[in-house]
Amino acid sequence: MSDTVPLTTDNPGPVASATPPARGRSRWLSDRRLAVAFIAPALLLLLAMSVFPLLWALYLSFTDYSATRGGPAHFVWFENYTAILTSAQVHLRALTTLIYVVGAVVLQTVLGFTIAYLISRRTHGRGLLTTLFLVPMMLSPVVVGLFWRFMLDAQFGVINSILGSLGLGQVEWLTQQRTALISLIVVDTWQWTPFIMLIALAGLTAVPKYLYEAASIDRASEWFRFRTITLPLVWPLLLIAVLFRAIEAFRLFDLVYILTNGGPGVSTETLSFHVYKVAFLGFNTGTASAYGILMVLVVIVLTQLYLRYLNKLKED
Amino acid sequence: MAVSVDEAVSPGPVRDHPAPTRRRSGRGRSVLELALLVVLAAVMLFPALWMLETSIKENRDVYAIPAKFFDFTVTLDHFRDVFVAPDGGRSALSVSFLNSVVVAGVSTLLATVLGVPAAWAYSRFSVKAKKDQLFFILSTRFMPPVVVVIPIFLMYRQVGLIDSKLGLILIYAAFNVPFTIWMMKGFVDEVPAEYEDAAMLDGYTRLQAFRKFTLPLLVPGIAATAVFALIFSWNEFVFAIFLTSSDEVRTAPPAIAGLIGGTTVDWGLVAAASVVFALPVLVFAYLVRKHLVAGVTLGAVRR
Repeated sequence: MSDTVPLTTDNPGPVASATPPARGRSRWLSDRRLAVAFIAPALLLLLAMSVFPLLWALYLSFTDYSATRGGPAHFVWFENYTAILTSAQVHLRALTTLIYVVGAVVLQTVLGFTIAYLISRRTHGRGLLTTLFLVPMMLSPVVVGLFWRFMLDAQFGVINSILGSLGLGQVEWLTQQRTALISLIVVDTWQWTPFIMLIALAGLTAVPKYLYEAASIDRASEWFRFRTITLPLVWPLLLIAVLFRAIEAFRLFDLVYILTNGGPGVSTETLSFHVYKVAFLGFNTGTASAYGILMVLVVIVLTQLYLRYLNKLKED
Repeated sequence: MAVSVDEAVSPGPVRDHPAPTRRRSGRGRSVLELALLVVLAAVMLFPALWMLETSIKENRDVYAIPAKFFDFTVTLDHFRDVFVAPDGGRSALSVSFLNSVVVAGVSTLLATVLGVPAAWAYSRFSVKAKKDQLFFILSTRFMPPVVVVIPIFLMYRQVGLIDSKLGLILIYAAFNVPFTIWMMKGFVDEVPAEYEDAAMLDGYTRLQAFRKFTLPLLVPGIAATAVFALIFSWNEFVFAIFLTSSDEVRTAPPAIAGLIGGTTVDWGLVAAASVVFALPVLVFAYLVRKHLVAGVTLGAVRR
């Protein structure tokens, strides 16, 4: 990194020109073979474990195959897709997912950016503060889900205990329709606020000091400085973080599975969780595959958006 | 113009008067900011601390109403229960921890062995449609696990990889290869290609140049990347719960989740198991804190 930079400059440029062209060509050929030999194994694994399964799911999505019933699969073409796209159940799950994704990502972004901004203004103890804030993000969703389930328990949960000692009423966090989804959003926010904070902090510390100095010479107000210097410079990176989180939240499964198991009723069933129920509890493998392919399409759109911004960020 | 005249005319009083008030309000603000930070940090850390506390509480204190924050009896029974079965043998949880070590370790090794050379090749050579290939590789990582697990489940059932450590290792390796390639490509890009060119002028082949000169410089990067891959595999839950079922194969995340299956839940045990499970991750994460931004964005963002 920084210590290798001076080494590059005193490396002579003539290296390339000293190479005889004939040798360069044969070297290029062997380079090519080497590149293939080095890249192919990794790509093969990805083809076998990611692409092939998806293609299989695509095939199954056009059939009435069931993993338990077995037997041959019959082509039903787009029946599965029309069934899913017109199902009121699926629409409800889509709405739940939308509320969850938007709620969680907005909360995380606001909180994460606030924390990052506060930390970036400190001169002492930045490293320690950052490390402490990052703890939730490194925990497994299993640990997070289980532990919040314990803390949110209506009877002996510590959250209700604290509310009680503050003189506030008890809340049945995970067993009431409305609060269950809120609890899910809160827990996800708790875990992933550090993610936004980390990325925002990377952006904030990269803002050149001289810009602020120039602004303070011009006696620009704090808010003006924030709006015209900080935000535009951090925004691209923050957008990447937000998109990343949106994709992750959209495909979230484990936290729902552990925290609420989709309940009460179907109030916290996200699309991911519904796919699981169709596939592993209903055993409609064909329908579940079509459902999954539709989800993959959404993820692909989001990922393309993410990659485009990433590309833009890299080129700047 | 007017501003500069103003300043030129009366620099003294302007600076003298507002300065103290500004400093005082500045200090008040900074105290306020610090207080806000401390409150936020307390809120963020409380669940982790509460988990730690619950793991060393006696059972009747765990379920105490109202919750006991300080005056509880300390016990290490829950930690003993994590490792030792009631009959004195090894507990199912400790077996699952061992499985987790094997699965996470081997899959990380596999992902590193496959990913590092690929990353080097992508960094050094002109590959056809390089950008598209790299973006394709990263996008496989974003597939919803619940969707991928359906065909994988059928596939594994066909070839007999269901409920086997090898099956988990393969899927985790495939999960970590995109990350390893992206993360390592960044590290390889930082090593000047001229080193290899110079070595090749000295008569080394390209491969030898990579092994003897570039690879040693990449070791810290490889270590950091491997640690992240290890954390991802260690924490993974969705594939583990759908692709394994027996106690001998199950990794720790589904085993810990299985603790809440019954009618009564031993939350002390859950807390202790969670602490044992999370502690290595936190230690490892601390070791690679310099690379966290790149690590958590799958190597996509480097600052």
